[in-house]
Amino acid sequence: MALSRSGSKLLKPISPFFSSAPSILTRSISSSNDSITVETSIPFTAHNCEPPSRSVTTSAAELLSFFRDMALMRRMEIAADSLYKAKLIRGFCHLYDGQEAVAVGMEAAITRKDCIITAYRDHCTFLSRGGTLIEVFAELMGRRAGMSNGKGGSMHFYRKQGGFYGGHGIVGAQVPLGCGLAFAQKYSKDENVTFAMYGDDGMGTAEWRAAKSPAYYKRGDYVPGLKVDGMDAFAVKQACKFAKEHALKNGPIILEMDTYRYHGHSMSDPGSTYRTRDEISGVRQERDPIERIRKLLLSHEISTEAELKDIEKAARKEVDNAIAKAKESEMPDPSELFTNVYVKGFGVEAYGADRKELRATLP
Amino acid sequence: MLRAIRHKSIHPAFCAFRAFSSAAKEMTVRDALNSALDEEMSADPKVFLMGEEVGEYQGAYKITKGLLDKYGPERVLDTPITEAGFAGIGVGAAYYGLRPVVEFMTFNFSMQAIDHIINSAAKSYYMSAGQISVPIVFRGPNGAAAGVGAQHSQCYAAWFAACPGLKVLTPYSSEDARGLLKAAIRDPDPVVFLENELLYGELFPVSAEVLDSSFCLPIGKAKIEREGKDVTITAYSKMVGYALKAADILAKEGISAEVINLRSIRPLDRSTINASVRKTNRLVTVEESFPQHGVGAEICTSVVEESFGYLDAPVERIAGADVPMPYAANLERMAVPQVEDIVRAAKRTCHRSVPLAATA
Repeated sequence: MALSRSGSKLLKPISPFFSSAPSILTRSISSSNDSITVETSIPFTAHNCEPPSRSVTTSAAELLSFFRDMALMRRMEIAADSLYKAKLIRGFCHLYDGQEAVAVGMEAAITRKDCIITAYRDHCTFLSRGGTLIEVFAELMGRRAGMSNGKGGSMHFYRKQGGFYGGHGIVGAQVPLGCGLAFAQKYSKDENVTFAMYGDDGMGTAEWRAAKSPAYYKRGDYVPGLKVDGMDAFAVKQACKFAKEHALKNGPIILEMDTYRYHGHSMSDPGSTYRTRDEISGVRQERDPIERIRKLLLSHEISTEAELKDIEKAARKEVDNAIAKAKESEMPDPSELFTNVYVKGFGVEAYGADRKELRATLP
Repeated sequence: MLRAIRHKSIHPAFCAFRAFSSAAKEMTVRDALNSALDEEMSADPKVFLMGEEVGEYQGAYKITKGLLDKYGPERVLDTPITEAGFAGIGVGAAYYGLRPVVEFMTFNFSMQAIDHIINSAAKSYYMSAGQISVPIVFRGPNGAAAGVGAQHSQCYAAWFAACPGLKVLTPYSSEDARGLLKAAIRDPDPVVFLENELLYGELFPVSAEVLDSSFCLPIGKAKIEREGKDVTITAYSKMVGYALKAADILAKEGISAEVINLRSIRPLDRSTINASVRKTNRLVTVEESFPQHGVGAEICTSVVEESFGYLDAPVERIAGADVPMPYAANLERMAVPQVEDIVRAAKRTCHRSVPLAATA
C-alpha cells in the first residue's frame, strides 16, 4: 500500500530530541497512522500452541518510532562502552547492542501495567519502560541523578512506576521473581502479565557449556513455547502480543527470542573466545535490527536515507548531551550511605566502618 | 642456597617467578593457588575440579589456568550456571569418596548452594555417626571487589564459620594461599576457602619451603605477621594488608601494633589471639563484612571470656558498614574499612598513655 510522502515535513523539527522531555521514547511522533502490513523475517516455530501469523500490522509512525528508539539504544550502549574504558563506569557493565529489537518490540505489544523483569543487561529495557538517558548515565557513573541515586550501578536499574522491576545480578534469580510478579497480578485480578527475561544462562561462555538443551522454547515441556526471530522487532511485537493474550487465558508461555549481542558478555569479556569475528560481522550484515527497520522505512518510502541519517545523528547528540549532564551530577551525599536500608527502621542505629566515628539512625 | 624445585608438575609458565640468584622468589596469589591445585591433583587422582568456566575459559579469574589441558575433562569439569546443582553433585561425589574442589565464581553465588554446604556437607559426618565424611573444598573469591554493587560484595566468613562441621579458611599472602589450599584439599572435612579477588594479582615473597610440593600450613593456626607490644590487631584476607599499613603508621606515633593474620576463621585460633592480648592488653578486630554477629564479635567475646582481666581498654571493632554495599565510589569507600579507621581505633585503645617500660 503506497503512502504519500509526508516525510520531509514531519522529520524536520529535530528539536524534540534535545528537549528536557522525560523520554524520547514516545509513540506519538506525528505521522500518518495508516496501517501498513509487514511480514516477519521467518514464520514462528511453535511448541504446544498455534503460532501467530507472520503478518504484523504497523504504521509509519510506529516504524519511525522503532527506528528512533533503537538508534538511541544503540548509541547509548556504545557510549557506555567508551565511558567504561575511560573508567567513568566501574564494576560490571553488560551491554545490549544488537538486542534492541527485543526491548522495543516487547514494549510495543504491552502496557506499562504489564511488568518486565530482567537480569543485569538492563540498560535498554529501563529506557523502553520510560527511563531517561540522564538517569542511565548518571547511575552508571555513580551519581545522584541516577535512577537508583548512584547506589545500584549498571546491574540495578529499576522503574517501578513503569512496571520495570530490575535489574538483577544473580543469574537466573529474576525468573522466580518474575513468577512472583505474575502471581501477584493474578491474585490481584489485574488483567496484566509479567515478562520475565533471561539469557541462555549467559556468561562469557559458549552455549554448549552453559546449557544442556538449547531448544529453549521447548524447555518448559508442557508449557507452550514460541521461537521468535529476536532481531525482527515486528516478530517480537507479534509474539509478545500473542503471549500476553495466551498468558491471560491459559497461563505461562515461553518465548525464545533468537537475538544476538555484539559485545561480549560484559566489558571484561572480549566476546571472541567462543565465536569468530566473522560470525559477529555476519550477523551485523544480515540481521541487524536497526537495518531491518531502515530497509522497511526506505522501501515503504516513509523516509529518505538522509532523513534516517539525521535521526541517527540526533540520537547521537541526545546521548552526548545526556552524558554531559550526567557528568555534572554530583556524587551522592555521604548521608545516602544510610538511606533506604528499611522502609521502617524503628530508629535503630547503623554504623560505618568505625562504629564510633560514623553512625546514623535509621528512621 | 635455594633448594631446587623438584616437583615436575609445576609448569613454569604458570608461576610468576622472578629468579633472583639467592633472594626469595615472588609469586602472585593467583599462581600460588594454581600451583597448589596442580600439585594436589597430581598427587591424588581422586581430586577433581568443578565450577563455572574452570576449564575451557581457563578460570573466570584464571586460577585454574592450564589445568584442563593437563588433567583432561574428566577431572576439570565446566558446569552450567547452577550452583545448587553442581554443589550438590560435588557433595554427593565426596560422600562416595572423591575429593572435589568446587569453585564459586564468587561466594555471593554460594547462597544458591548454601543448603548443600550446610545441610548436605557440614552436618553429614555427625548425623551418620562417622559413616559419611565429606572431603570437599568450596573455594572462590569472597568479600568486596571494586564497584560491583550490593549483590556481589558480601563477605561470608561469619555465616559459614558459625556452622559446626565446616572449616573456614581465609588466606592472605601467597604462602597462605598455597599452604592453606593444600591443607584444605588434604583435609577430610568440608572446607570453605575464602579468597579475595583483589589479592589475586598481588605479589608476595615465597621461600623454597613454600614452593615445595609437600608444603602445607596447619588449619586452625593464626600467624603473627608483625610483632608488637601495645595493641593487638586481628584481621583476615585483604584486611591483613590494611592492618599492616596501619601498624606502620602507628609505629611512627610510638604505638607498636601486633598484627595477627587469622588464616583460619573456623577453627579460630583463640589461644594465639588471647596470648597476644595478654601481652598487649588492647585489641582491635578488623573485618570487611557486616559487623553484627561477625568474626570480630566472636573474637571480642573470646577475649572477654578468657582474658578479661588483661584488657586495659574496651575492644574496638572495625568492620564493613552496616548497609548493603553501595555502588557510587564515594559511598563504597565509606562502606569498607580504610587504613585510617584501623589507626583511629587503635589509638582509641591507647587513650591512656602508652605503658612505660617499667610496667612490662
